Order: sequence, then structure tokens, then C-alpha cells
Amino acid sequence: MSEQESEFPGLRLLDPTGERSLPIRERPSKPVTLEGLTLGLLDISKARGDVFLNRLELRFSEQGALVRRYKKPTFTKPAPPDLRRQIAEECAAVVEALAD
Amino acid sequence: MDGKGAVTEKNHFPLQSGLVAFVKRDCPTCELVVPVLKSLGRLRPLMVYSQDDPTFPDHEGTLDDTELEHSFHNRIETVPTLIRVEDGQEVGRVIGWHRGEWEELTESSALGSGLPDARPGCGSLSVDGDHELDLMVRFGSDQLASRRVELARLEDEMEALFERGWSDGLPLVPPTERRVLAMLKGTSRSPQEVVAVVPPDLVECTVEKVAINAVMAGCKPEYLPVVLAAVEAACTDEFNMHGLLATTMTAGPVIIVNGPIRKAIGMNSGRNVFGQGNRANATIGRALQLVVRNVGGGRPGEVDRATFGGPGKLSFCFAEDEERSPWTPLSADFGIEAGTSSVTLFPGEGPRTMVDQLSRDPDSLARGYAANLKNMYHPKAALAFDCIVAVSPEHARVFSEAGWSKDDLKARLHELCQMPKAEMVRGAGGMAEGLPEQVPIETVPKFRPGGILIVHCGGDAGLFSAIISGWVNGKVGSAPMTVEIRS
Repeated sequence: MSEQESEFPGLRLLDPTGERSLPIRERPSKPVTLEGLTLGLLDISKARGDVFLNRLELRFSEQGALVRRYKKPTFTKPAPPDLRRQIAEECAAVVEALAD
Repeated sequence: MDGKGAVTEKNHFPLQSGLVAFVKRDCPTCELVVPVLKSLGRLRPLMVYSQDDPTFPDHEGTLDDTELEHSFHNRIETVPTLIRVEDGQEVGRVIGWHRGEWEELTESSALGSGLPDARPGCGSLSVDGDHELDLMVRFGSDQLASRRVELARLEDEMEALFERGWSDGLPLVPPTERRVLAMLKGTSRSPQEVVAVVPPDLVECTVEKVAINAVMAGCKPEYLPVVLAAVEAACTDEFNMHGLLATTMTAGPVIIVNGPIRKAIGMNSGRNVFGQGNRANATIGRALQLVVRNVGGGRPGEVDRATFGGPGKLSFCFAEDEERSPWTPLSADFGIEAGTSSVTLFPGEGPRTMVDQLSRDPDSLARGYAANLKNMYHPKAALAFDCIVAVSPEHARVFSEAGWSKDDLKARLHELCQMPKAEMVRGAGGMAEGLPEQVPIETVPKFRPGGILIVHCGGDAGLFSAIISGWVNGKVGSAPMTVEIRS
């Protein structure tokens, strides 16, 4: 440690992180009913995700929701910004078939 | 790679118009030019900064620069240095004594009659060994934009770094201003230049942030250009560091270094090439992962969902043995010219050894390789994964003595890694895993075209080679990415 550094109360370091300050957003309240709501179903292009989403579409439709289907080009990358925006504009809620 | 000026771009000490000289008494050439300075000072404004003795030279314009602040900010490397300033801007400088150059700069004639025509100068005290780093900390640390984190006096600095969540599990070198400034001397790039946007948080990462993490990883400054290139390559859309981080699979980034920098920084390409004991190999790969962790926010158990993980998640970096290789290096396969240093990033698992101590003809050896390669991930997995075949010197000799080029070996491996569809479909061999029955071809290649990469490395004894299995390839996954290393 140099003399310069020892003038400080303790060691002075440089922050190795991205130094992000995350905005805190309020979570929207849960819908009371699905009747008349537009729901998105996002397929991330992983095997058998469609099996799960087909079943959800059936169940949601039975409860009166309007279902829209979306698909990511590949499960290995984040959804393209345009797709995220489209879902946000068109749907009240979205369900993503995430894992294997 | 001397990096002069990397952290001294902004001059806080603009010079007054006229002539400005930097000298020290302990320099025979400075003594020599005193009469010249005095004669110049009679004709126009002249300021003389003295580095070691404010009474030298005996001139009314002499200023005390024993703190070396002005010398540092004006990037003086040699004394005497004579600078011509117009409207506060430097318009030219000469170093040492050279009559012609001094006359041209000062628009004078017959300067220093009686002096020799030229004498080299001496080293400036402001660039004198450790002194230079002290000055950088005192006068240059405002070039560093990162937040300062002050530890409490009673905090153990090694434990403090763990507690802040910056570590990959091993101790870190505390990134002090002094160490980071020293690291930045390894590159001529500006500290605030953005190198890449790092996933998963997609944060713009500057040269400075890479340097901080390289310090923590244990890198020497001369490794920094390699780390910068590795970060740049990892964060391309093609390499897809986000997916490689997030996957449940085992792979991580594997860094292969080619070109002159391998030897210049002392990398290992020989015995124990994938193992421990070489500082450059061990810390360059670690620095990349620390950037992903700390700048990008990619941590295991969060976005990193690996079931097992592997060496690439900590550090997997090595050099190709180009000197003893019968073939052109890996970088040439990606269009890099000979003599240019580069990194190639490959999404890979830990190495798996292939033993063949008996083959003395190349086809027998290639058949052994192919038999191993066909089982990569699963005997029925096809086309989805690339691989690196790391060929050892003893195995390479079998191929080269028979006249096989690298392309010959690749072509033969592709030929041998063809499998009948009947053995590959789901259920075949009593195994549920496999390709769908409707695959429209009768013979299934294990690898896509270009999916076998060959690297020559390893110790000079051992009739073994190794497979480094890849991760999901192509546009849906990751492609190997080669980036030139810039100083």
C-alpha cells in the first residue's frame, strides 16, 4: 500500500461492477377475472414448450380470455425488444414457457 | 504497448504562450543547453520548469517542478524538452539537444555556437520507474470514472472483497487506484472507451472496468489487451455470452490465443496446457468471467442456470503451439493474417482425453478420433454441437509425416462421423433419446460443415489428443468468434 493510500481510513478501491441503479416499478395488481382479458403466451422455442402452452390456451379460452401466441426466435437469447414491446402493447398479462 | 498517455489525455495545466523548457540539474545535456535557453529568453517569453533543483538554471523564468506535476501533465519523457506554445496550445516540441531542430522550432539561427550539433537527453524524473505510478495516483486518478469504495480501517481487505460479492470463489487482488492505473499502462486505449455491452444486464463496459476486473483476477498489465479482445469477442451477438451463461449445459467460454503475444506474455501452449501453473493462462480467462459477473451481473444461481458448470466458468484459456505445429494456426482458419495476435472464443466444456498409443498411420488415428467424437454428448446427438480437437505434438507428427494437412484431417473426420439414421432415431438401441423419425436423410452427419476445429497444443510426450465439446451451435446458439488483439 502506498503512502497516498494509507492516508485514507481504510483501503480505497475502484468499484468493479456496472454501477447500475435499478428503477423500482410497482407490480400491477392481479386481474380479478380473465373474462375479456387479452393474454399472451410466449413460446421461447424450447422443446415441448408448445405442449404446455396449448394446454394453457385451452384453459384460458374456457375462462373467457382472448389468447395471443408469440414466439422467440431462439431460447438462448433474450426476446427481441420489438417483440417485448408488441406483447406489452397487446396483452394484459403474459405467460412464458420457460424451462425444459 | 507502452501505453503512454493512456491516462493523461486531459491537460489541466495549460502552458503560457512562448517557449517552455523542462530540465533537471542532474542531466549533462540540460547543463549544456543553459546558454542557449538564456539567449532564447532574452528574445521572447521563456519558462523553464526544473525537476530537481529550482535554482537551476539561474534564469528568472525558472519554475519549481520538483513535485513533477507539470512534467506529468505535459507528458515529459526526456529532458531537456523544449515546447513551443501559441495561444495556449502546444504547436511543437523537441527533445534532447539538436541544433537544427531547436532552430526550426524557435525560428532562430546560429543557436549554441560552440556546442556540439546534437546530444541525447536524459530520462525525465516523471517517468522514472515507480515514481511514475506515484504521479499517476497523485495527479492522474481523476481519469478513472469508477465509484470509489472505501473500506473501513478494521476491515480485512481480502474478506471485504468476498463480502461485496465480487469474487468467483477465489481470493481477489484488491483493485486500488495504483494497481488499476498500472494495469491501464498495458493498453494505449482510453480508459473510458466502451469495449462491449456485457450480458446479462447489458451494461456498457469501459476499458477501465475491464482493467479493474483484470487487476482482481491477478493479471499483469501486458495481459490487458488479450482480456479486452476476449471481452469484445464474448459480447458479440454471434458468440452469445448471454445464452452461454444462462444455459443449464456445462459449457463456458474457452479462449484460444494465437500470434506473437502468446510468447511475449509467457503463455503456456505446451505441457499441462489446460492445467494450472501459468499466470497468463489462469488469469486472462478469470478476468473475462469476472467482467461477466461484476459488470454484466451474471452470477451462478441467478441468470447462470448451469446444472454442472465447468472449467470455462472459472478460467479456460490457453495458447496454440504454433512453433512446432505442422499446420497453420486456428486463427488462420478465421482469416487472421500470420504475425497478427488474436483471440478465438469457443463455447466449450472441459477437455476429454482421447488415447491412441498404437496408431502410426493417419487413417487409423483419425478413425480413433472419430469413434470418440461420435459419442460427444450422446451417441444420437447430431449437428447441434461443434468441437475442438486438440492435437498433441506426438499425434500431429503421425499426420504430418504422412503428408496430411489440417484440411485433410478435418475432411476425413467429417467423412468418418456419418451415422445411419436407423441408429440415431428415438428408441433405437433401447434408448429414448434421439432424432425424430421424420428426419429426411438416411445418413446423419455428427457435425455441421466447419463444425470441427483443430488446435495444436500440449506437451511433447503423450500419444493423446483431446476433445473440447461445444455448445448449441449456429444462429440459435453460439458461433466461435475471433477478434484481433489491439495494443
